Amino acid sequence: MNSMSYSDSLSKTLDSLGITEGTRLTVERDGRTYTGTLMPHHEFSAPDVLILKMKSGYNVGVRITPDTNIQVLDKPVEVSRKEEEVEFRKGLPKLVLIGTGGTIASYVDYRTGAVHPALSTSDMINAVPEIREIANIDATVLFSIFSENMNVENWQKLAQEVADQLNNGADGVIIPHGTDTMGYTAAALSFMLGDVSKPVVLVGAQRSSDRPSSDASSNLMACARFCTKADRAGVYVVMHDTSGDDSFAVHVGSRVRKMHTSRRDAFHSINAAPIAHLDDKGKMEVFSDGPRVTGDKVVAKVDMERSCVLLQYYPGMDPQLFEDVFMRCKGIVISGSGLGHVNENMIPLIKRACDNGTVVVMTSQCLNGRTNLNVYNTGRDILSAGAITVLDMLPETAYVKLMWVLANTSSVDEAKEMMKTPLAGEMSDRRTIDV
Amino acid sequence: MSEDYEMMCGIEIHQQLDTKKLFCSCDSRLCDDGQGAYYRRLRPTTSETGEIDRAALAQFQRHLGYRYQCCEGTSCLVELDEEPPHDVNAEAMQTALTFSEMLDANIIDEIHFMRKIVVDGSNTSGFQRTALIATDGFVDVGDRKVSILSVCLEEDACRKVESKGDEILYRTDRLGIPLIEVATGPDMRTPEEVMEVAFRLGTLLRATKKVKRGIGTIRQDLNISIPGGARIELKGVGDLKMIPDYVRNEVNRQKMLIRIKQILNDRGVTPVEFEPVDVTEVFATCESKVIKGALDEKGKVIAVRLPGFAGVMNGDNKTLRLGSEMAGRARTRGVKGIFHSDELPNYGIEQSYVDSLREFLGMTGENDAFAICAAKEKKAKDALESAVIRANEALVGVPEETRDPLPDGTTKYSRPLPGAARMYPETDVPPTTITDERLQQIRDNMPEFPEQIEKRLVEQYGINAQQARQIVRQSNDELFEKIAQDKAMAPVAATMFLNVFSEMEHDGIDLQVFTDADILGVFDLLRQSRFAKEALPALLREMSTGTSAEDAIKKLGLEAVDAGEAAAIIEKIVNERADFVKSKGMAAIGPLMGPVMGALRGKLDGKQANDLLTEAIKKLLG
Repeated sequence: MNSMSYSDSLSKTLDSLGITEGTRLTVERDGRTYTGTLMPHHEFSAPDVLILKMKSGYNVGVRITPDTNIQVLDKPVEVSRKEEEVEFRKGLPKLVLIGTGGTIASYVDYRTGAVHPALSTSDMINAVPEIREIANIDATVLFSIFSENMNVENWQKLAQEVADQLNNGADGVIIPHGTDTMGYTAAALSFMLGDVSKPVVLVGAQRSSDRPSSDASSNLMACARFCTKADRAGVYVVMHDTSGDDSFAVHVGSRVRKMHTSRRDAFHSINAAPIAHLDDKGKMEVFSDGPRVTGDKVVAKVDMERSCVLLQYYPGMDPQLFEDVFMRCKGIVISGSGLGHVNENMIPLIKRACDNGTVVVMTSQCLNGRTNLNVYNTGRDILSAGAITVLDMLPETAYVKLMWVLANTSSVDEAKEMMKTPLAGEMSDRRTIDV
Repeated sequence: MSEDYEMMCGIEIHQQLDTKKLFCSCDSRLCDDGQGAYYRRLRPTTSETGEIDRAALAQFQRHLGYRYQCCEGTSCLVELDEEPPHDVNAEAMQTALTFSEMLDANIIDEIHFMRKIVVDGSNTSGFQRTALIATDGFVDVGDRKVSILSVCLEEDACRKVESKGDEILYRTDRLGIPLIEVATGPDMRTPEEVMEVAFRLGTLLRATKKVKRGIGTIRQDLNISIPGGARIELKGVGDLKMIPDYVRNEVNRQKMLIRIKQILNDRGVTPVEFEPVDVTEVFATCESKVIKGALDEKGKVIAVRLPGFAGVMNGDNKTLRLGSEMAGRARTRGVKGIFHSDELPNYGIEQSYVDSLREFLGMTGENDAFAICAAKEKKAKDALESAVIRANEALVGVPEETRDPLPDGTTKYSRPLPGAARMYPETDVPPTTITDERLQQIRDNMPEFPEQIEKRLVEQYGINAQQARQIVRQSNDELFEKIAQDKAMAPVAATMFLNVFSEMEHDGIDLQVFTDADILGVFDLLRQSRFAKEALPALLREMSTGTSAEDAIKKLGLEAVDAGEAAAIIEKIVNERADFVKSKGMAAIGPLMGPVMGALRGKLDGKQANDLLTEAIKKLLG
């Protein structure tokens, strides 16, 4: 019943007294008395400590010894959260929120103090009531996971759900998502949904929704405005463009990368410019012609080849350690140095893998700029070994694309050709000085 | 609650610590300039029951926003809420624990930081991080034990730079500076006792040697009530010596409000309905500057009837002053003030206008009163509504509120008392477990208590007990010890701290202008005999106006004279009075010391002057 992080004896004591989170207690030890409501045990709390929320609002950790007297005052009070009925407003576009979890949907339970990974999507909309001024919002929770736990199967389910919602009358889909792997999911949806006819926008938050300073609601608002007003179809990511709450960027889903661990403006378009910019009052500038919204049916092609890896090259990379990986995988993306290089010792292993029918794709850990294996001997040798380059595609996008391409082609040559062909704005042969 | 006391008061002190910031390694100092203006908004979050504070939300929807300036060295991504807090500053935590031990308080076994929700923008995160460190301590003041309710460790907030339209500009330099918050029980019973407790807690805090000094680094809040009155929070008292005045005035204010309640209840006055009346036409030709000014700007004159309130708004020889309370509330709605019938005719409003207004309002009752406000219609109505609400509160007694101290010892209305703080766990900061070993280690390394320091100063430097007490009370002991390394300087410094400083303060000179470095510099010059110790008071007075020590010496002509020059001056004085000296003989020394010191004060030590004078007289007498 009680959290595993308590000591055995404390767990037993609590169970025998019927004490659970939310129980009001008095704890007395060495002449000191603390009265409060039992909070969840913190991961880093000592195993013999109970955390009580006192009347003053403060939490205190009280060490429980054999001499401690614990008295139960009240059993937990169930507090039901109000769910407001949302009125349908005629004439407004319909947006569907598909919840996946992450910081944007996580909150502290105010009664127990626990951090939950899933705010119900209706809670999320209720927290941004003004969003209802611009669209009718339907909400559904598909997953409640932090994005580091997202996997290929989640991408597939999500893509299918998006297609179903768009085919069932949604004018756009907003996907609140954890930020850690939001770029990967955006890339996966970009390929799986192909020439999707409506906006599909992933949105995250770097500060959780329970905080007054959360970026969740302003990002959501910018998202809804883009979906309803920009007339752009495709897969995008909307996040803060600067540290301030008054500037938002719309990134192409296959071009975006989390470039900071914690800042609100962590997401950047790499080797491309954001396609639109919004402010907090609703002003929007759209910079690209981009695909327009149409009424076309949406088809999700969700097959993925799982036998693929993404490797980071580092000086001294030892082919012996990777032999097994190279000979077992169907696809390998290497985030190489500079223009797309690995050391000369790795080249024979690349050749053996390519000869074995594996597709080896070279990208650059510089992230910014195009790969080019014609400039140096090493590069030319890598090409001769059978690896390919994919212009200025991000390593992560190349990895996701390779999985998708291998599952949607029938030969290695076809797969290589498709890797080199832009499918969802993920690569370009032209970069200007201002990006 | 027994009511055999006249008043009760508790103190809450916020003291900045002299460490790095609480949750990052930025310097904790204030900066003269700020860069950037990062725009943020704070959205009211849902409460325990899933509800949103409607008033706060309305403010958010009116698009109130905040801008934040950064300062080099004192703000990083943590202040900007762009990076999670780092581990709690170990030195600050240690200081809070040590201070708790000094108060004999019970330190919490495992300390948890909380988020106290504050959505006025003064915290970039929308909350203040705060932890309860200890409870149930006490402090000895005189022969009284005053209870300590709690010791907390928390972050200071941003400084407000300016407020413009829908935006407030804040500077993040102060945000995150560690604060110890110590709260006493409501144990104090006299205004002087409140001041003594504040002094004592301040001295104990400074005895940790880890607290900041100077203006704004310590802030006192007072909670004052009297039997039949209400709890009033007086926020941010700076000058401890003003405390008795504030307390006394607040006690009198509450007594006055209780008297007013009695009068109103005796009259059978019932709550006033707020019914604003446009009375602009009555004042169309009025010459009152306030009214003319408002009408010129397309404002209106609005009136409200206040049946039964005559004589309590400003009556009984100005001892009943509900009117100023009402005006205080009205001013929070952006008007300059209101006029009420107890103070009219006055302010350019003649009796004839008062009479017309009474007639216009149909006021006939003996105790019928009114209030008027001249401003833009909406503003005037809002202001009067607040005033009426305040008038009605007088029927019940003393309303609980937060008040701001004014320099004259009185206070003004600030806002209603805040409700219970909303506090949630700060999940980004791990708890701090306080082991028995750590507690023992703290107990074994307690700082010197003020009494111990006093005793040591007496023994070590030969100053008297009164001087030592004053030096410690002013927290000048560290500075004193630096000066007294040269033992000869110890009595001079002791006299300065006890007598010179208090005389200067008595004359209204702000001693805060002197830095420790200033004082040390003065004593360096004294040691070099650049001036004589007798000139110290004059020198310090000159320096308090902003003159440097060097310049002050020149300006006051204190440049010490060498023995030869002094001898010449004294000889001249003696020769000028040759007849007198000859008639008195060596007994002339006493009377002549006057003119000699007059000519050489501050330039020559008294004893030296005496020696030279003796010599000069001997010489004359042959």
